[in-house]
Amino acid sequence: MSEPRILEVRTSILKRNDEVAREMREEFRRAGMVVVNLVSSPGSGKTRLLYETLVRLRRAGRRVAAIVGDVETDRDARRLGASGAPVRQIMTHGLCHLEAEMVRRELLAWPSEHVDCLFIENVGNLVCPTSWDLGESLRVALLSVAEGEDKPLKYPGLFNTADVAVITKTDLAEACDFDRAAALDALAAVRPGMPVIETSAKSGAGLDAWITFLEARRP
Amino acid sequence: MHELSIAMRVVDLAAARCRDAGGDIVTAVTVRVGRLAAVHGGALAAAFEMAREGTPLAEATLRVVDVPVRVWCPQCRAEADLTDVVPLACPACGRPTGDLRAGHELEVESIEVVGPRGDTVGAGA
Ligand SMILES: Nc1nc2c(ncn2[C@@H]2O[C@H](COP(=O)(O)OP(=O)(O)O)[C@@H](O)[C@H]2O)c(=O)[nH]1
Ligand SMILES: [Mg+2]
Ligand SMILES: [Zn+2]
Repeated sequence: MSEPRILEVRTSILKRNDEVAREMREEFRRAGMVVVNLVSSPGSGKTRLLYETLVRLRRAGRRVAAIVGDVETDRDARRLGASGAPVRQIMTHGLCHLEAEMVRRELLAWPSEHVDCLFIENVGNLVCPTSWDLGESLRVALLSVAEGEDKPLKYPGLFNTADVAVITKTDLAEACDFDRAAALDALAAVRPGMPVIETSAKSGAGLDAWITFLEARRP
Repeated sequence: MHELSIAMRVVDLAAARCRDAGGDIVTAVTVRVGRLAAVHGGALAAAFEMAREGTPLAEATLRVVDVPVRVWCPQCRAEADLTDVVPLACPACGRPTGDLRAGHELEVESIEVVGPRGDTVGAGA
């Protein structure tokens, strides 16, 4: 046997995912779509905020659609479907994040009609979705007032990759002793300058600002 | 536990590179993992042991190079490595900065290959 030799590789481990994501991003851009990837811990309020978002955008005449990832069950797809928007569920059966190829498969199976805004609700997890690009134009990290203001500091990778943070469940702020300044500081520490929108899907507070923010992203 | 997905890709990439270079087996893989990549070194090592089974990497060692977060400070006009991951601020002047120059890496840097044609191929491939 010959001597071992060192070969340079210098290749991204997620090269394949990055390539698929890049292709999709280009297709989305050409189709004039805004694609939003919602990430947060389980229970932060992704589905409920998304439901309200779909209802409001539809009311404004936008064509919207959603893909939702969960480890098991199609419960969220059924909740979201009540908005009237087309929704598809991805069950990952154990996988803790969505990958670009999974999203592409869902899109291929979809009747091809124009969509202005596609939402992807990622699997609830503050770690694993970090490095998986889904071709989105906007990554939104949710932080509920009930989960601790320091979550961004504990999971900096995910919050750092987000384009915008949405603080959710503000109707519960008082009951949870939510320290708003601490939450804003934590977000700024992991992503200086990141815009933050404060919402309650229950009371409707802040939803107009959120919708306006989304509308401004339309090409 | 997304480390298994990652380990499987490391094995695939390394095995393909080894094959292209005419090698028989891979004896070591070096990966670079940024502190913001949300990958746990220990979990990756455990996942790698599973993923390598039955592949040309079956005997391979995994080396993980930990890549610190590096920021660009527009005030100091300089790059700097951070000791901690957060806060993202210039260690010299304290100015918050989101301008990252390193920290999200997730890459296979190199492999060590053994094989009959190992001496003649690889270097320029
Ligand atoms: N009070 C209150 N509860 C909310 C709000 N948004 C979500 N929830 C509740 O929080 C729980 C988890 O929400 P869900 O949307 O399923 O979170 P997901 O796991 O991130 O999709 C559910 O019981 C929701 O009704 C909110 O704005 N206010
Ligand atoms: Mg949900
Ligand atoms: Zn500085």
